[in-house]
Amino acid sequence: MIDRGELNNMGYGEDPECTGGAIIALAGNPNTGKSTIFNALTGLNQHTGNWPGKTVLKAQGTYVFHGKKYVVVDLPGTYSLLATSAEEQVARDFLCREQFQATVVVTDATCLERNLNLVLQVIEITSRVIVCVNLIDEARRKKIFIDLEGLSAELGVPVVATAARRGAGLEELKVKIEDITFKQIITNPRRLVYDPDIEEAVALIEQNLPGPVKKRFNPRWFALRLVENNQSFLKDAAWPAWARFCLP
Amino acid sequence: MVKEMLLSELSVGQCGRVVCLRTNGMIRRRLLELGLVPETKIKTIRHSPLGDPVLFQFRGTLIALRREEARQILVSPQSL
Ligand SMILES: Nc1nc2c(ncn2[C@@H]2O[C@H](COP(=O)(O)OP(=O)(O)O)[C@@H](O)[C@H]2O)c(=O)[nH]1
Ligand SMILES: [Mg+2]
Repeated sequence: MIDRGELNNMGYGEDPECTGGAIIALAGNPNTGKSTIFNALTGLNQHTGNWPGKTVLKAQGTYVFHGKKYVVVDLPGTYSLLATSAEEQVARDFLCREQFQATVVVTDATCLERNLNLVLQVIEITSRVIVCVNLIDEARRKKIFIDLEGLSAELGVPVVATAARRGAGLEELKVKIEDITFKQIITNPRRLVYDPDIEEAVALIEQNLPGPVKKRFNPRWFALRLVENNQSFLKDAAWPAWARFCLP
Repeated sequence: MVKEMLLSELSVGQCGRVVCLRTNGMIRRRLLELGLVPETKIKTIRHSPLGDPVLFQFRGTLIALRREEARQILVSPQSL
């Protein structure tokens, strides 16, 4: 369930045009065609500004598919959600609060391997993920062939191939987004398993997280950030007051 | 037996394979995220005029690493 109040605090929902739709996050490495996909989906129904308190560009737009409205948020391009830069922080803060119905991770088919790091980090936060293998035309030209079904089976989430500049694959992408958003399709994201001592600590922390934290965050993901002592996350000034009480 | 050395000690044009990272915490994670996991093939492309950073090629991309970072990476050099 989306908490509108909190969305407003994050700089969403101030635009009446953008309220009332299913929120779709677009994540991906830089230069994977995220903006091209964003433009193809939303056409002229978009506007840009800055993320609250950051000099990072924020673009959001809307589209209608099968009579349902979608609000697309183009997250900054990042290689990671480690949050060592303002861009990574914006993407991580948006994704970890899980106030969206689906996330599309846009990847570059010509160097898929490099992109999978971010994919794995995103599916560790949320199961409502679609992997978009973009630049598939470019890959074909370079004689790179992607086993889409194999990739989907390995990751446990839907995979769509697109050539966004030509508009190829975008209908299928919209269908997959609809599946996850409105048809309750259950994904089964691959679970990253850490060393036994870490898993033990994570399980212990997870059980003991305060209720509000468990309610608003993916508990396992939150526990992992505590274990790694991720200061950029734990010391985030944007934390609501209730959360600061709960943290060490 | 192949001798191991630091990535920072590879000469320009020389290739190596990552053996392990000798660092912890966020630097380690950042290097792993760039794809520098054990067995990765890496080549030194060029030093910048002041010697830092150094340009490397691995996994199909050129990436500059600080000398300090390159010193944390143990590689087995490929014989020339
Ligand atoms: N050949 C090809 N080029 C693409 C495709 N998608 C995007 N591009 C091009 O890739 C470049 C980067 O795209 P952009 O959308 O700005 O990437 P972003 O940084 O992820 O937002 C642009 O020149 C696009 O025209 C695609 O599917 N095929
Ligand atoms: Mg862009």
